[in-house]
Amino acid sequence: MSVVKPYDKLRKDLSARDRSLREKVVALEDVASFVRDGDSVGIGGSTMSRTPMALIWALIRARRKSLSCSRCIISSDGDLLFGSGASDHVITSWFSQGILWGVSKVMRHHVETGKARFEEWSHLAIGMRFRAGAMGVPFMPIRPMLGSDVLAQRPEAKEIDCPFTGEKLLLVPALNPDVALIHVQRCDPYGNAQIDGLQFMDIDLAMAANKVILTTERIVSNDQIRRAPDQTKIPFFAVDAIVEVPYGSAPHECYGVYEPMMKHMEHYVELVNKDPVGGMKEYLDKYVFAPKSWAEFLDLIGLEEVLTASRAGKSIYDA
Amino acid sequence: MTHKSDYTAAELLAILSARQLKDGMVVFAGVGIPLLAATLAQRLHCPGLTILFEGGVIGAFVEPGKLPPSTNDQRCTVRANMVLGSAEVLLLLQRGYVDVGFMGGAQIDQYGNLNSSFIGDPKKPKTRLPGTGGGNDIASLTNMIVAMKHEKRRFVENVDFITSPGWIKGNDTRRKSGLPAGGMFRVVTELAVFGFDEKTRRMKPLALNLGVSRAQVQENTGFPLEFDSDIGVTEPPTEQELSTLRVLDPERLYIA
Repeated sequence: MSVVKPYDKLRKDLSARDRSLREKVVALEDVASFVRDGDSVGIGGSTMSRTPMALIWALIRARRKSLSCSRCIISSDGDLLFGSGASDHVITSWFSQGILWGVSKVMRHHVETGKARFEEWSHLAIGMRFRAGAMGVPFMPIRPMLGSDVLAQRPEAKEIDCPFTGEKLLLVPALNPDVALIHVQRCDPYGNAQIDGLQFMDIDLAMAANKVILTTERIVSNDQIRRAPDQTKIPFFAVDAIVEVPYGSAPHECYGVYEPMMKHMEHYVELVNKDPVGGMKEYLDKYVFAPKSWAEFLDLIGLEEVLTASRAGKSIYDA
Repeated sequence: MTHKSDYTAAELLAILSARQLKDGMVVFAGVGIPLLAATLAQRLHCPGLTILFEGGVIGAFVEPGKLPPSTNDQRCTVRANMVLGSAEVLLLLQRGYVDVGFMGGAQIDQYGNLNSSFIGDPKKPKTRLPGTGGGNDIASLTNMIVAMKHEKRRFVENVDFITSPGWIKGNDTRRKSGLPAGGMFRVVTELAVFGFDEKTRRMKPLALNLGVSRAQVQENTGFPLEFDSDIGVTEPPTEQELSTLRVLDPERLYIA
């Protein structure tokens, strides 16, 4: 299969989607039905920011497998996808829990034993792959990666001589995921989504994907969206399902709402970096499979930590 | 004057690399020591320093005691001039708006190539490292300052894998690879400050840190170094530099 989706297929797939103005709100336990085993899944946010953690949590609980996941920078969400068996292929520029904790032992275990693939591109290359996908063109030209071994490992990218200047350029192929998972601060029941603060690559990702599932801190009325349409970053017709999940990025952060829940992150990292197999199983059993609901998962993180993260998150507006 | 026992290696790194920045510059900073050193420079001799972060921030002004755990966290945006998409901020490098890129490093070689991807053969790696992040983009598109620990296993003749290109194989190989702009400019370690020969593009010591001998630098470096007979010595950290740095990172997140 070609690394780039043929344009005919891209257009045909989009025409087949129901893009009407309709309410798309579903329950968290129902979102897994929008994702099939083996799908390519684009993940919004970056590192520990606006990670669609509740969606990833729901996909793991539904025992999805063989997902090919792409994200500009992937953190503990990548660990969980590998560790649970939901994914065996991650496309990203950086994969570890966070700089504070060194190298992820979960990533290392899966990649070094050949259980899973970590496909590395430069950060800008990932961005331009989503951009090309969003633009409906098969590639974008960039200059980074040339001369490096990152490029030597990526036969999917093509070096060319520029037809205008004769310079060397690199063409990176469009990335059009089957599904995009994105967490936002607010959206209406139709899917008009507003993102505060850092938007990372989420707009390109949403427009590139063939299906978009949103989680939102809260659902607001369409009237409220219309009062500030300049804040709307993703239009309703690109969105296929919406779940209202307060603290849907926990234990990661959501701009202006909460900072990362660092005690939980530290607890997680200690558990899995000590034992990437047993520690991961323990974490998944306790925090992913056992809770009856996302609220119960938050309960396990603990009220005090959730409140501390919220207070810190809102302080962005004090400065 | 401060004494060697008054500061840690990480503090020395942060302070020496902060001194490399000049007021009015636009600097693209990575997480860890670079973020801290750029913020320190801003509080000392560079009040007009514009700091960019890959998360999509222009003009960051990180708050003391609230260091972001990555360059993609909301703490990076406090008092910034602008937030934008990650691809957009990285494209500023390609367009040429950035004076200096500033990163840490896991492994570097004689031509300033950086490896943060694999230890050992990439086909069957002994260790898979986290990868490039924005490192390859920054190193490919602008002048680079690298702050890193000086150990023999980190300063090697040739890196196992070029994640972020320096001068590639020296001479004009970088330009010939399709990277006509930027290149490795300075490497700052707890032992010395390095530049690169104008022609061969090999790493070259510019100054030794106080109390460090040439032999000590050479012993900790996996390739031969040429020392000028009149090589200088860096000024040790001042009380003001140290106290400002410690206010920025009271939890010693990055200066442990």
